[in-house]
Amino acid sequence: MHGPTRSAIAVLGALLVTAAACTDDPGAPGSQPLLVFAAGSLSAAFEELGAAYEAAHPGVDVQVSSAASSFLREQILEGAPADVYASADPENMEQVTEAGMARTDPVVFVRNVMEIAVPAGNPGRVTGLADFADPNLLIGLCAPQVPCGIFGRAVLEAAGIEASIDTSEPNVLFLITKIEAGELDAGLVYATDVASSELVEGIAIPPEWNVEAEYPIAVLTGAAHPDEAAAFVAFVLSDSGRSILTGYGFLAP
Amino acid sequence: MTRGRSPRPPSALIPFAVFGVLLFSVPLIGLLVRAPWSRLGTVLSGPVVTQALRLSLISSVAAALIAAAIGVPMAWILARVEFPGRALVRGLVMLPMVLPPVVGGTALLYAFGRRGLVGEALYQATGIVLPFSLWGVVLANVFIATPFLVLTVEGALRNLDPRYESAAAVMGAGRWRVFRRVTLPMIGPSLAAGALLAWARALGEFGATITFAGSLQGRTQTMPLAVFVALEQDRDVAIALSLVLVAVSLAVLVALRNRWWGPS
Repeated sequence: MHGPTRSAIAVLGALLVTAAACTDDPGAPGSQPLLVFAAGSLSAAFEELGAAYEAAHPGVDVQVSSAASSFLREQILEGAPADVYASADPENMEQVTEAGMARTDPVVFVRNVMEIAVPAGNPGRVTGLADFADPNLLIGLCAPQVPCGIFGRAVLEAAGIEASIDTSEPNVLFLITKIEAGELDAGLVYATDVASSELVEGIAIPPEWNVEAEYPIAVLTGAAHPDEAAAFVAFVLSDSGRSILTGYGFLAP
Repeated sequence: MTRGRSPRPPSALIPFAVFGVLLFSVPLIGLLVRAPWSRLGTVLSGPVVTQALRLSLISSVAAALIAAAIGVPMAWILARVEFPGRALVRGLVMLPMVLPPVVGGTALLYAFGRRGLVGEALYQATGIVLPFSLWGVVLANVFIATPFLVLTVEGALRNLDPRYESAAAVMGAGRWRVFRRVTLPMIGPSLAAGALLAWARALGEFGATITFAGSLQGRTQTMPLAVFVALEQDRDVAIALSLVLVAVSLAVLVALRNRWWGPS
């Protein structure tokens, strides 16, 4: 038994040493981590915002954690040490402010609308919301508990369509992945998700049925670096921040 | 207990063991403390819970049975047949234990999805679409849970005293007969333990299931998926659901422990 046990410990020890050696940012000793909680739909845009901010502020390490706004809200309410929260809807932000977890007043920094996403080539020949009632098509929405699911259902209700849904995905990233893979024929996602994916095509929703999402951002009371966090929020609201965001299909507030 | 007195552990082990037990029990106590006891009845009798529990039980039991059907032959061959690339094959079979389940689910999607490597041919030939169906949930569970059974059974086969099988063979039993009449009964307890582990892993499966099979109440939404979705909206419901999952799993693990994990 000694041989295998000893070599197993040796392998684990070697892994540990290797892992300790590969820190994220070896060139910046004492770099300040700034933890930004951003709604799933903001993921790519905030990665770029973070990189741009880091370039302008050496020594700051912006870490973007993306998930459904409601999931992030729950983590914040449970005391996650995040510095900034950017939500995909005012309701989740409201719960955070009501719990006294926001250090600054939330500011709406972008807007977004819903769009029909279909796989490239539109194999299900989807033409509009009416196709969502077709039981022969595979249709996905976000779960009714997350903003993109709430908005998606509101759109269908406004259009008076009884959708034949095959899956309620926990967030928009899961949903768009399944559309990209061609496993779903259509889904309701944010216009920005369509803009940022080369594997899906978008079909616009008539404005009278569409829902507009407002995205608020705030510094949190749990922020370890409140000044740095406020500066990051100011950057997001600045012209250069906004031009990054509109590049991902977001609308100015 | 058939032994007279249980032995005393070396005292150096005790603090570590106590710390370990705390590590596992404190989170559970946290769940119990936060549980919405007064609302529990209402929450648990709702259709979300009953449908999710039903789907969880069906898919996890089916997965454990399939895991046994494919896991025992794999374990036998891995334990006894020397062939080039055996270490690689074993690594492949064990991979789902260490991979993030979401990665496993994505891989399944690109293999068995409607547009996948194998899934497309299956769809063309039969019209069957695995994702977004209960079969998809079962497949995801099998993928994640089978390694636990293979690991357990392969260990048992390696430790088996070969004399019984040789004796049976000498007395004229064919290979299949030896396997069925001698090998299987002798590894019975390990097979049962492995199947139980696989079942328990399948019952808690989340990542591969949500990625491959999606989530729809009454069709693919198992308990872990229901917990995750409920967490977004109503923490009480999520905790209540988690308690059911904990109670069912713990009851089975405790009840079967004595019978299946060797004498105790």
